[in-house]
Amino acid sequence: MSDFTFTIDGVEVPANKGQTILQAADAAGIYIPRLCWAKDLAPGGHCRVCTVLVNGRPQSACTHPAGPKMVVEHDTPEIRAWRKNIVEMLFVEGNHYCMFCEKSGNCELQAMGYRLGITTPKYPYMFPQRAVDATHPDVFIDHNRCIACGRCVRASRDLDGKNVFQFVQRGHHVRVAVNAEGGLGRTNLTAADKAAQLCPVGAILIKRVGYAVPVGRRLYDVKPIGSDIEAQRAATPSGK
Amino acid sequence: MAENLEKVIQEVTARYGKDRTRMMDIVREVQAKLGHVSGAAMDLIAREVKSHRVEVEGVVTFYAFYSDRPKGRHVIRVTDCVTARMRHVGEVVAAFEKELGIRVGETTPDGQITLERTSCIGLCDQGPAALIDDVPVTYISTDKVPSLVRVLRETGDAKKLVKTLGEGNNALDLVQSMVINNIRRRGDVIFAPFEPGAAIRNATAVSPAEVIRSVKTARLRGRGGAGFPAGMKWEFARNAAGDRKFLLCNADEGEPGTFKDRVILTEAPDLLFEGMAVAGYAIGATEGILYLRGEYAYLRPYLEHVLEQRRAKKLLGRSIAGKAGFDFDVRIQLGAGAYICGEESGLIRSCEGLRGSPRDRPPFPVERGYLDRPTVVNNVETLCCAARVLEKGAAWFAQIGSEQSSGTKLFSVSGDCRRPGVYELPFGLTVAEFLKEVGGEDAQAVQVGGPSGTCIDRGQFGRKLGFEDLPTGGSMIVIGPQRDILEVAAAFMEFFVEESCGWCAPCRVGNVLIRERLERIRAGKGLPEDLAYLEELCTTVKKTSRCGLGQTSPNPVATTLQNFRKAYEAKLLPARQDGRQPTFDLRAALSEAVRVQGREPVAH
Repeated sequence: MSDFTFTIDGVEVPANKGQTILQAADAAGIYIPRLCWAKDLAPGGHCRVCTVLVNGRPQSACTHPAGPKMVVEHDTPEIRAWRKNIVEMLFVEGNHYCMFCEKSGNCELQAMGYRLGITTPKYPYMFPQRAVDATHPDVFIDHNRCIACGRCVRASRDLDGKNVFQFVQRGHHVRVAVNAEGGLGRTNLTAADKAAQLCPVGAILIKRVGYAVPVGRRLYDVKPIGSDIEAQRAATPSGK
Repeated sequence: MAENLEKVIQEVTARYGKDRTRMMDIVREVQAKLGHVSGAAMDLIAREVKSHRVEVEGVVTFYAFYSDRPKGRHVIRVTDCVTARMRHVGEVVAAFEKELGIRVGETTPDGQITLERTSCIGLCDQGPAALIDDVPVTYISTDKVPSLVRVLRETGDAKKLVKTLGEGNNALDLVQSMVINNIRRRGDVIFAPFEPGAAIRNATAVSPAEVIRSVKTARLRGRGGAGFPAGMKWEFARNAAGDRKFLLCNADEGEPGTFKDRVILTEAPDLLFEGMAVAGYAIGATEGILYLRGEYAYLRPYLEHVLEQRRAKKLLGRSIAGKAGFDFDVRIQLGAGAYICGEESGLIRSCEGLRGSPRDRPPFPVERGYLDRPTVVNNVETLCCAARVLEKGAAWFAQIGSEQSSGTKLFSVSGDCRRPGVYELPFGLTVAEFLKEVGGEDAQAVQVGGPSGTCIDRGQFGRKLGFEDLPTGGSMIVIGPQRDILEVAAAFMEFFVEESCGWCAPCRVGNVLIRERLERIRAGKGLPEDLAYLEELCTTVKKTSRCGLGQTSPNPVATTLQNFRKAYEAKLLPARQDGRQPTFDLRAALSEAVRVQGREPVAH
């Protein structure tokens, strides 16, 4: 039994007290695009790709609690355009070389680009100069591909209890730094840490596992991102 | 050296009880003693307060006034605010560069002086201005630069740069500042005489609920810009569950063109602290924090003195005004050069010793704010108004101003007008009346509410200043007929790019993209479709950003696109009929290859 219901694009969605809009939508098989959110992590509200209109006001679905009789707009041309624009911003902000990135096919940014119909960003590339940190024996960070989603920051702090990562600097200079002067190799991160596993892009990669699955047969090569959630909706009898 | 470092950090962290939430103070003091906060210092601070080195690094690198790299013994920060640019601050900066033999961002080879630019420092009516160490230096002209540098070098003391003292409390021994108040109009609410204790007496004579009712009856709305009803905010916090509650005063005015709170802090601190105590009584808070922007650090000794006096008079501390159970005290938290900390949840985080990135709401601060307790954050001016409401009565206050905007408003006036300064005027006057008052009748535009507000053209000068029509936090920048509107907009975008906290993607990236396209248009390389491109970009940033900064940061472009479209159109290239991109420059595109190969291309 749910505590209450609200609507997303006119579809009645059950929810429990304490659930966010995004959690309730997932349970109902409605996929709201998101990048910085990950299961088991507190929401970060960084990427804003999950922006919806709640009673007419923009809110991030990952942080906003569902409420009784709330009217949520999600898949409208206006909101689709905002989401597409944000994802394009993330593409031009960093250096995303999908064609030879190990994450290609498993990358959520790339998959989101496909899902939102981005062929090439309309914004000019910024081509920033960013560093690669390969000091760790098992894990490396390529800041070129980082989208500052903060998953590693939250995972290390909240799941691994280590605080290996944190944002430093501000504005467009923001980057993820590690908890040691000498780089990742001087931290207590291990390849088994959640923080090393949850990167949505190819910024934090485990060494020596490259191309175990060939490109073309990877997660999002086969099915669009979000289709697992949408499949649930199709499977439930109440799904429309 | 390493021993000294260890000793300094142990001393400083011990002074703050090894409390990581006091990170702002710890970092500030370590930097004051050692010149910068090195990696080794971060390690030690983290160890002492049981934090993590990267957390300390996150704080040090977030705030403009902290540094992880060595700087000169003295730092000259010249304001780069739009109003300073109107007064040719560029020439002043060039004069400093020449005199010091370095560029902006560099330190003299002898390690004595670092030259930097900084955002608005709240001296727009007496610019170009600079902060030299903590000392504000006003009305800097190019001819004064050599003597400023000489005195600084010879005495090693920035205070020696102050030759003439400002009027009023600026001349007090504890302030000793050359800053002037420039109060052009005194109203009955803020700048009228005030007897300390008058509002507290009336407040404690009734219940906290009745105090809140008075503030509601007075229809007092927040003066920071958003205009949220103060009484309602207090009531939410009063009714929220929590073992402790907090009252925070936002004295972090950083909106370019705003300096009214500086004048309140200088001339009416008793009224402000009285308002804080009244608010504390109303919401049930025993602790208050005045978050003072780092640029106003020079006022701190005086403000601490006023707090001491109030403790001596039993207007702060235990059993205030003899009322058993009414305990309330105030500490001052210094900021460190981050506009975003003027956003209430960013301010809370900064008080907690963290990076000043705002939070998502809900939960609202009145439910879970400072240290996760119910917290009210009010603007300096709002709290002064609240004190006056309790002193003189809600009805008295409500009859001033207009229906939806009761009371007076302080306006910080700068730019192209004959009488810049601070004006206390009743809400509801028109922009035209305002311009007459300040001597700016020939303005082509007024930036109402600073860059995050709106830029209006002459056709809108009949509009009324107040929440019902044109709300403003107080910044009023008069833009004369000779100005290039796009240059003003570009300077404002520069500000937001600089001050974005970087937490969320649209604000972090979008503002850079807006700036890029605006600059392209200003350079005469814009295309007709660029205007729609900018409009869509502005909308995306405004609709999807996490906090008030990002939700308003595109306004300099969005509002001028609306009100000064011709200024943009005049700069655009005509659309080409042959399908080629008129902005593509083959020579520029090939320049690097030409340089590497050492030969010119065959085709061109």
